[in-house]
Amino acid sequence: MRMVSRLVRSLNRTEALVGVWRQGLAVLPRLVWNPWAQVILPPRPPKVLGLQVVFRGNTPSLWLSMSIVTVQLGQCGNQIGFEVFDALLSDSHSSQGLCSMRENEAYQASCKERFFSEEENGVPIARAVLVDMEPKVINQTLSKAAQSGQWKYGQHACFCQKQGSGNNWAYGYSVHGPRHEESIMNIIRKEVEKCDSFSGFFIIMSMAGGTGSGLGAFVTQNLEDQYSNSLKMNQIIWPYGTGEVIVQNYNSILTLSHLYRSSDALLLHENDAIHKICAKLMNIKQISFSDINQVLAHQLGSVFQPTYSAESSFHYRRNPLGIDRHVRPPLSGLPPLSKMSLNKDLHFNTSIANLVILRGKDVQSADVEGFKDPALYTSWLKPVNAFNVWKTQRAFSKYEKSAVLVSNSQFLVKPLDMIVGKAWNMFASKAYIHQYTKFGIEEEDFLDSFTSLEQVVASYCNL
Amino acid sequence: MTQSVVVQVGQCGNQIGCCFWDLALREHAAVNQKGIYDEAISSFFRNVDTRVVGDGGSISKGKICSLKARAVLIDMEEGVVNEILQGPLRDVFDTKQLITDISGSGNNWAVGHKVFGSLYQDQILEKFRKSAEHCDCLQCFFIIHSMGGGTGSGLGTFLLKVLEDEFPEVYRFVTSIYPSGEDDVITSPYNSILAMKELNEHADCVLPIDNQSLFDIISKIDLMVNSGKLGTTVKPKSLVTSSSGALKKRHKKPFDAMNNIVANLLLNLTSSARFEGSLNMDLNEISMNLVPFPQLHYLVSSLTPLYTLTDVNIPPRRLKPSLQFVSWNQEGWKTSLCSVPPVGHSHSLLALANNTCVKPTFMELKERFMRLYKKKAHLHHYLQVEGMEESCFTEAVSSLSALIQEYDQLDATKNMPVQDLPRLSIAM
Repeated sequence: MRMVSRLVRSLNRTEALVGVWRQGLAVLPRLVWNPWAQVILPPRPPKVLGLQVVFRGNTPSLWLSMSIVTVQLGQCGNQIGFEVFDALLSDSHSSQGLCSMRENEAYQASCKERFFSEEENGVPIARAVLVDMEPKVINQTLSKAAQSGQWKYGQHACFCQKQGSGNNWAYGYSVHGPRHEESIMNIIRKEVEKCDSFSGFFIIMSMAGGTGSGLGAFVTQNLEDQYSNSLKMNQIIWPYGTGEVIVQNYNSILTLSHLYRSSDALLLHENDAIHKICAKLMNIKQISFSDINQVLAHQLGSVFQPTYSAESSFHYRRNPLGIDRHVRPPLSGLPPLSKMSLNKDLHFNTSIANLVILRGKDVQSADVEGFKDPALYTSWLKPVNAFNVWKTQRAFSKYEKSAVLVSNSQFLVKPLDMIVGKAWNMFASKAYIHQYTKFGIEEEDFLDSFTSLEQVVASYCNL
Repeated sequence: MTQSVVVQVGQCGNQIGCCFWDLALREHAAVNQKGIYDEAISSFFRNVDTRVVGDGGSISKGKICSLKARAVLIDMEEGVVNEILQGPLRDVFDTKQLITDISGSGNNWAVGHKVFGSLYQDQILEKFRKSAEHCDCLQCFFIIHSMGGGTGSGLGTFLLKVLEDEFPEVYRFVTSIYPSGEDDVITSPYNSILAMKELNEHADCVLPIDNQSLFDIISKIDLMVNSGKLGTTVKPKSLVTSSSGALKKRHKKPFDAMNNIVANLLLNLTSSARFEGSLNMDLNEISMNLVPFPQLHYLVSSLTPLYTLTDVNIPPRRLKPSLQFVSWNQEGWKTSLCSVPPVGHSHSLLALANNTCVKPTFMELKERFMRLYKKKAHLHHYLQVEGMEESCFTEAVSSLSALIQEYDQLDATKNMPVQDLPRLSIAM
């Protein structure tokens, strides 16, 4: 495995610095910028992902998997976290499809090691930490897991308070954060210590509320301080355009701008998009949050379950988290795919990186050449450096064939621009600001966030 | 889970409060089949072992022994409270949580606020502290009162200041009954305006309720029930005005039906905080989302269904209001989903709106006030109370005028086109 790091300066001499690291088997382009001065930031040292693991030969049974600790924050984070673990485990238990039994066993072992730790009576315990500022959702989540009989959460893996954050980002970040920092970080540390080889964090949160967003930003910052060498990936739920929380745009911009500084990858899912999937593709009549969460969990499961990478086809990729920054998986392989159809429009959203994960029948012969079209990528990247494909013959969750696309591209621009625009209009009228200044988030903090995000939008537009 | 304390002040406040506790017991009885004292019940009730003398009787878990309402009952004349204590709800109230007097406030805000305020300040504070001590995590005080009288209006608003000083982090939700045009209390405009100044300054959220609207709702329901239209039959238990199944007997009193509506409103408001759902909403979220500026905290409420027809068409979840919103908050609505329906219904909807439609109500109130004030009618009743001066009146009116002006400014933007403001530009 080689580790090559290259600095690529963008062609129009922007302040945006793009570093391309090649870490073993994953490509991790990052968009790094400095909004304040004409200073070029040096590239951060490449995250060492799984390279500490000793290469123990080719046979699957000797190979060591790396573990992910999931942190579920707020109502949304906890509800989704439950569905994700459920989906992962039920896929792991599902029939082996077309692959061999030995292959299946390696798959199951890898999945188990990544996301679960084993208990004495054989019930796997999720490697998760549940955090919420009021008890109802956590109680529900714990009991649903226990009721399934297949898996459960750890007994001491929760942190809960009595009164929520009131949809107030400032309350989650400035009040709950410092107040409960020590307790929450302790629980996380205990969970990390349980891992034989720890890979990184998967943090599930929403942007619109108070706990997931505010406390989530605070916790991610702390994780960056204390575990700077480990990967942190945040799964962020982009709220419905309307009707969830009135101050959701404020909470969203504050969350994103803070996470930009401390997270390594932001995996985004829009409630509106998943709602459309439920309505149009799945024909569900009365769509509940449970439906939405299950679709989301399915998508995440098909990203995180073990796969082989192109270079090493003998054992499952060690590191499940080698995924690009600011990623949005826009497609999911819900119906069985007959071919890889590419959008024939003239205007592609320009990508920095794309990752395709194929599972099931005929993976070796699947044609992914369309993804290597240079028109998809920005001019300063060669497709061979920006595109990756991972495969496994083991089918995912009853689907004979499935595919997932994880993409770092301009898909982000429109929704982000919209949120920033709405938040800006509201900010100009100073509405609701007193609710934030009450807890220490001042107008300057808002302005900083706006600046950061406008930079992101501009940087992506310039691809 | 958090707890809330209900403070009922004056005749109106106590009568509504009584309806509220009645319905709350009915609702929890329907949901809590096993008689276990759980988090939902603990939000409004304490579990007490009545055999223990003194304060130590609280039981935090296990079977329900005896439920005591987390309430403080205040009235300056004894009639109403005595009736409550002799009625079927007598065991629900803790006799130590009462403050009563004999003479009443004579429909005089000044007497309620200044005289009884200073007389009972220490006692009031002590009762509040006691009720707060019984709470694990106190989130909210619900104050129920009327604006037109003397006790509810005067003393009710006096204790807002006390609560603000003593418990600054606890929300103060005030349910205020505004007098109708034909109110029989002549000085109700004075009382209302003087009370409004206090509400402007010391309440977190106010739910103004208009007696006239409640009358209209009752007539509408009566019409529906009695008309016997073809194909429509109303489920009797489902009337929002009904108290069937509750402890009280069939009501003959005129205000009972109206009070039930208000009680239902309060129950629905707190349902998401008490019971679980797929998108919870706590009480602090109400204030966060619906109060964009500290002064504009008046929330208009609407409740549906008022009655349930035997066959019902449940609307889809993604409601899209066709209301006119302010330019900077075009999609300013928040949804909350609670899985436990109210008793007698399969579903219900409560809408809270921060809407400039409260402006006409306030303007009308101001007009009625000015008609009396210009003639200095009945003013001497107020001025002879120690601590009252004419400046109290003028300050109160200017406070209301300022509020009306803020609503005016928002209304002025109504028909202007929505313009996106220029954004920050980034040097690249």
